[in-house]
Amino acid sequence: MSGDQHSPRLTERDRPWMMRTYAGHSTAKASNELYRRNLAKGQTGLSVAFDLPTQTGHDPDDELARGEVGKVGVPVSHRGDMEALMEGIPLGEMNTSMTINATAAWLLALYIVAAEEQGVPQERLQGTTQNDIIKEFLARGTYAFPPAPSMRLIADMIAYTVQHVPKWNPINVCSYHLQEAGATPVQEIAYSMSNAVAVLDAVRERIGGANDGRGEKLMGEVFGRISFFVNAGVRFIEEHAKLRAMGILWEELGRERYGVEDPRHLRFRYGVQVNSLGLTEAQPENNVQRIVLEALAVTLGRSARARAIQLPAWNEALGLPRPWDQQWSLRIQQVLAYETDLLEYPDIFEGSKVMDGLVQELIEGARAEMAVVAEHGGAVEAVPYMKAALVDSHRQRISRIEAGEQVVVGQNRFIETESSPLTADGEGGILVVDPAVEAHQIEEVRAWRADRDQQTVDAALAELARVAREEDSKENLMVPTIAAARAGATTGEWARTLREVFGSYRAPTGVGEASAAPADHELAGLREQVASLQETLGRRPKILVGKPGLDGHSNGAEQIAVRARDVGMDVVYEGIRLTPAQIAASALQEGVHVIGLSILSGSHRELIPAVIEALHEAGVDVPVVVGGIIPEQDVEPLKKAGVAAVYTPKDFEITKIMSDILEIVRQRHGVPSAA
Amino acid sequence: MSGPDGAALGKRLREHDLSAAPAALNLLESRAPSDREQAKALLHEVSPAVLGHEAPGHIVGVTGPPGAGKSTLLSALLDYWRVGGAEKNASEPQTAAGNGRATKGGRTVAMLAVDPSSKHSGGSLLGDRARIDFDPSDTGVLIRSTAAGERLGGLAPGTRSAVQALAAAFDIVVIETVGVGQAETEVADVADTVAVVVQPGSGDVLQFLKAGIMETPDALVVTKADLGQIALRTRRDLSAALRSLGASGPAATRVIAVSSLPPVEGIDELARALDDHRASLDIAQTRLRTRRASALLEFTSEHGERGLRSLGGRREAQRLLDQQDPGLDSQALVAELERKIEKKTERMGSVEPGA
Repeated sequence: MSGDQHSPRLTERDRPWMMRTYAGHSTAKASNELYRRNLAKGQTGLSVAFDLPTQTGHDPDDELARGEVGKVGVPVSHRGDMEALMEGIPLGEMNTSMTINATAAWLLALYIVAAEEQGVPQERLQGTTQNDIIKEFLARGTYAFPPAPSMRLIADMIAYTVQHVPKWNPINVCSYHLQEAGATPVQEIAYSMSNAVAVLDAVRERIGGANDGRGEKLMGEVFGRISFFVNAGVRFIEEHAKLRAMGILWEELGRERYGVEDPRHLRFRYGVQVNSLGLTEAQPENNVQRIVLEALAVTLGRSARARAIQLPAWNEALGLPRPWDQQWSLRIQQVLAYETDLLEYPDIFEGSKVMDGLVQELIEGARAEMAVVAEHGGAVEAVPYMKAALVDSHRQRISRIEAGEQVVVGQNRFIETESSPLTADGEGGILVVDPAVEAHQIEEVRAWRADRDQQTVDAALAELARVAREEDSKENLMVPTIAAARAGATTGEWARTLREVFGSYRAPTGVGEASAAPADHELAGLREQVASLQETLGRRPKILVGKPGLDGHSNGAEQIAVRARDVGMDVVYEGIRLTPAQIAASALQEGVHVIGLSILSGSHRELIPAVIEALHEAGVDVPVVVGGIIPEQDVEPLKKAGVAAVYTPKDFEITKIMSDILEIVRQRHGVPSAA
Repeated sequence: MSGPDGAALGKRLREHDLSAAPAALNLLESRAPSDREQAKALLHEVSPAVLGHEAPGHIVGVTGPPGAGKSTLLSALLDYWRVGGAEKNASEPQTAAGNGRATKGGRTVAMLAVDPSSKHSGGSLLGDRARIDFDPSDTGVLIRSTAAGERLGGLAPGTRSAVQALAAAFDIVVIETVGVGQAETEVADVADTVAVVVQPGSGDVLQFLKAGIMETPDALVVTKADLGQIALRTRRDLSAALRSLGASGPAATRVIAVSSLPPVEGIDELARALDDHRASLDIAQTRLRTRRASALLEFTSEHGERGLRSLGGRREAQRLLDQQDPGLDSQALVAELERKIEKKTERMGSVEPGA
């Protein structure tokens, strides 16, 4: 397809990449309507956002699901929900990407069963399950089981799909979330490649040894089915080089480690969602140009172009985007693909010394870092190391922004602004999920349970447990999983059955190892304040930092925890996924002076008052501060509920937040303000 | 604003009212002068002199290098003590069972997780709590994270007092510290039983043991037994090293391999080993030694070497302590030593200790 000797152009214009919008909220029915509208607008694939209970294996009526049902995605509790979600969408033709990890096997099973109902056999299904559990331990937090059985589930899914759902991408190895957690390009490449190695090794162990050399042939197919889900930040030249570097490393890995030879299997295939970390709450319209430039990073050079793209919306730092906001992002893709001449040329960086130099630099850095991960015993064993490295990178990034060394237009530079008409409407320019959704879904799942043939469900779950217990057997977990989906089991029941066998797990927090911030003048001042407060209180000021609900995006909470230590406080960092009762019990037992809570999933309206209530019941009377994606109009109600202060993405100066928190503690103890 | 009532808190602990524990810990950790007076009153109420016997709780030190799997192990042990091990421990001599306040059966457990403090800021990140599974509605469990304070591998004076107080109320008091060597020695000072946790393949503990850098613990726990061969080999190597150190017979250190993740293995064996060790101790002697050592340490941290000299040196201080009533708690012992220097300074006129 490349151009002839004389023309710099392709003989035939390339077909555009697949265009998707990460979408889903409230209920299966509402999301189905949204999908159909999006497809009518020219979107060419689906990208399903599941709510946090579904992602972590909880039914809507579970205590941990409180406040989270239908918030950041669609609740899918059983096969009936999946059928409603895909109603009227021909699954034989559609290409569906599902952002699902710990419960990926289950959601794929529901999808297979929903397709059966449409008369579509599993061989014809096309799409992707994200299914990268290591990055959940590192960055995203929606894991459900300990590492070893999680890897077994993934390996089984890959083995199953390669044989029975051959067009399915069973795993999207994610570098995306690593960048969101603060990874540098080198870390992003090295850790995602190391994750892929861990997965491939696990599959090789599961299917390999398969006597007759069939295992080896299968390994080529397995390698060919692994795709990546990457990120692109606003430094779009370097970001493009990163993707070229990943392609080279991937091919090398296939050849050298897994003996893959078929060039089709060796191709580096990736989908992308561009960076959300760099999107600002301040002057949010600037995010549009950031998104456009990031889209260029993944499309500019033909030899490293994305297969599928989804773009975030301009208002992600404000709250959940509305259909109109998402349409705007889809239109960015369409202008790029259909109006510009981007798709008319062969690779425009071929022969570029600058690009090649950048690529070489990244490859060398990544190789060195991959060697460190390998020394730790591979990606699974190196989770604590990688987590700590990410927390540290993110800390450095924030310090650079605070110091103004890294410019963020509208946030730390050029901050004078007119008021924005975009956020002027009543809801502040975001989507607000009707709180009645949760109650509706609870009723619905209970009705579903009451209506089905319980004996069949019990038998299917018992079979699932049996296979799960047989650790060394070659029986594939997908088989009883699909049977349970067909029988009408729920997401919570499937996950609970496996939790009972596999145990539950809490990932390392990475905060303990984070290096200390360089002591600057401001920090020194705060340490003085902490010391004087300690004299008055008798003990060092102690803060509890934690995340209520199921939201696993812990970057913000981790940075607050690290900085609180750096100003001299004793910090109890509780990690993610806490119930209000757990937070209250910890606050009581730990004897803290202040509590910091972080929520990004939009469930603050329910969860924060619930925490305050639980504290009250436990007899703990300490100030509570809240940080996260909190829309402007929710700030006052939270303060009325008893919250001492609310911080949002525009409060990027963490040292300032620390100084505030100390003042709040002083006031509570009747100590005069620091001068 | 009236402060906490130390004597009342101490009485409640004595009666196994576990809900008094958080406030008691706040008080014991405080260095404010008024709080320290109340802390003395609290400790008096739970001292052997008032109790009529040693505090009944079993004080267990758990230490080991980072990443050895301590938190997961403690989660499994906690679960065992609270539920699984309830009826199997009839041999336990003095449990505080039957206090009726804990919501589950089994033994009540307090865990003090000690993390190092930053040398830069003095602050600390106490991350372990996040990794120990607990049921927030179970009032029979208390988990408290504490900072080690300024000294490397040390225990803050508040932690030492806290252990004494909690042992009056809880059946089991665990002190978890990070590290091998120094840290382990400090824990050994306050615990009845010390378990060192290592992961398979960690040669450094083996080397420390052989070189005598670390004291021989009462139990050596090899985690991640599910790793198979390598765990078995580690266990074998450690046993061999212990034998070569001449540790044998019934009191020898047990080496136990555990898998804290399902299928859980070895936790019951470990719990039994801890109980057996405790049963083999002369608890009155052990605790008395601990209290006197703590008192000396706290006195030194308050008054420095100069303070010690004005008592006539470390040996003289030790001798003074040994003459005291064995029922006195460590704070009372510190007070005795302080009275001695006051007397001496009075006699000598205007010399200011520590000036």
